[in-house]
Amino acid sequence: MTALLQVQGLGKRFGGFVALADVSFDVAEGERLGLIGPNGSGKSTLVNCLCGTLRNESGEVRFAGQKLAGLNAHQRIRRGLARSFQLPRPFGTMTLAENLRVPILYAVQPRGGARVPDIARRCTDLLGMVGLADKADRKPADLTQIEMRKLELARAMASEPRLLIADEAMAGLSHQEVDEILALLLRLNAEGVTIIMIEHIMRAVLAFSQRLVVLVAGRKIADGDPQAVVREQAVVEAYLGS
Amino acid sequence: MRTAGFVVLLLVVAAAVFGAARLVDNPYAFFAGYVVLQYIVLATAWNILGGYTGYVNFGTAAFFALGAYSTVALHKLTALPLPAMMLAGGIVSGAVGLGTGYFTLRLRGTYFSIATLAMAVVVQTLITNWSFVGGSRGAYVVRPAEVMGLDYVQYLFLLMLLLAVAAVTIARTIERSRLGTGFAAIRDDEVAAEANGVPTLRLKLVATALSGGLMGMAGAPLPYYVTYLDPASGFSLSYAVNTIAMPLIGGTASWIGPVIGAVLLGTLQQVATVTISSALSLLIVGLLLVGFVVAAPRGIIGWFGK
Repeated sequence: MTALLQVQGLGKRFGGFVALADVSFDVAEGERLGLIGPNGSGKSTLVNCLCGTLRNESGEVRFAGQKLAGLNAHQRIRRGLARSFQLPRPFGTMTLAENLRVPILYAVQPRGGARVPDIARRCTDLLGMVGLADKADRKPADLTQIEMRKLELARAMASEPRLLIADEAMAGLSHQEVDEILALLLRLNAEGVTIIMIEHIMRAVLAFSQRLVVLVAGRKIADGDPQAVVREQAVVEAYLGS
Repeated sequence: MRTAGFVVLLLVVAAAVFGAARLVDNPYAFFAGYVVLQYIVLATAWNILGGYTGYVNFGTAAFFALGAYSTVALHKLTALPLPAMMLAGGIVSGAVGLGTGYFTLRLRGTYFSIATLAMAVVVQTLITNWSFVGGSRGAYVVRPAEVMGLDYVQYLFLLMLLLAVAAVTIARTIERSRLGTGFAAIRDDEVAAEANGVPTLRLKLVATALSGGLMGMAGAPLPYYVTYLDPASGFSLSYAVNTIAMPLIGGTASWIGPVIGAVLLGTLQQVATVTISSALSLLIVGLLLVGFVVAAPRGIIGWFGK
């Protein structure tokens, strides 16, 4: 079986700075992949290249067997590749329900899904899934930090993705809040969504991931069983110094 | 309210306005009313781009004047009826809007605004040096005394009234449609909008073309209204300033905002022009704008609702 996402020799530079160099990995359908690396190692650049926010200069990304080169971000989410932003980026003048309408109208409908009469119920269901149903008519400014993260995830899920990239969905949250988001992501995965989790909180990454990919200075230095990967000499050195 | 019901209501209001203007029995009522209606169209058109998608356009005068100069050119070449010329002016300005959008929409925020201002200067220079439409001398347009038994100024008033109804209907329809949701997403966060499936470039082009086209249609009857058009008056910066001030004073979030702003500010300017001086009208705009930015940043409609 071919993988859902195939990344082959991906490279991206900003001027003279090499942000990503020859990064290759696969993600299987239904897999939970953890992606870690120190600050500035290229994780967010990788997400941006996968999702079409940035253009990679070299290498190739295939999603469900199809090349993604030349596709804009909005065309990629329509094919089922969704992401949540590291810093939540809600639509500030819209209510929470309206926030979710955007991907439903623009990512799901063009695929032929989501008939108009069902949209309101779908928004309520999604907000219910993340425990925000009672705030459907509030504005994002009224939310707490964790609620904002949940909204971000709910909005990514509203596009009915096959692959969800959760970019540091837990940064800055308390122990208990991390567990909440973790449970949410595990539930989504159990429902069949493939998930790439980018995270600094090792406890969460190790609890979540079936496989771990490590980026350091734009290169992949490890890829494999999480428990084994975190013991590898190169990974330990990258985090703690040699 | 359904769109059909809304249009009927607008037409009733329009009929009442026209009837009232006829009752006043003073040609000046139509003359002044025309300007207010023209600003309803301009402010509504500006708001489709500026209010809904958040791209501030300083180039209103260019789109407006292009519509007017399309009429000058068509007037010399053909004997088309004015509504057809308005359509042509709308198409010219809409096309320029599309082009401007395509070349400048990679610019965001202030950079986009500066580009539209520059575009206005370029277009004005081109028109000033195009002798066919009068160049810097200006162009005279002789208008018929009446059309279908209706005084010509009343006819202009009526056309602008219908255009205002059309513009407001378009704005309100957009606001409640999928397109409106996409525009609002772009305004709130363009990167997030794109990442959520909104084809941002295409939507912005729809907005610039529609906004520019309506401005062109508003400008098309101008040569018949003033009978003498020169670049300095057609491209007057006051169009750009007024058109930005009106939605900001009325409120940019809804179709009603630009209408309120245009009626309020337009009427105030007309009154000030007659009673005090025409130079004062721009001062009023400036003061009101400063006042509203400080005291009511969401405009008059911000006082109501949440």
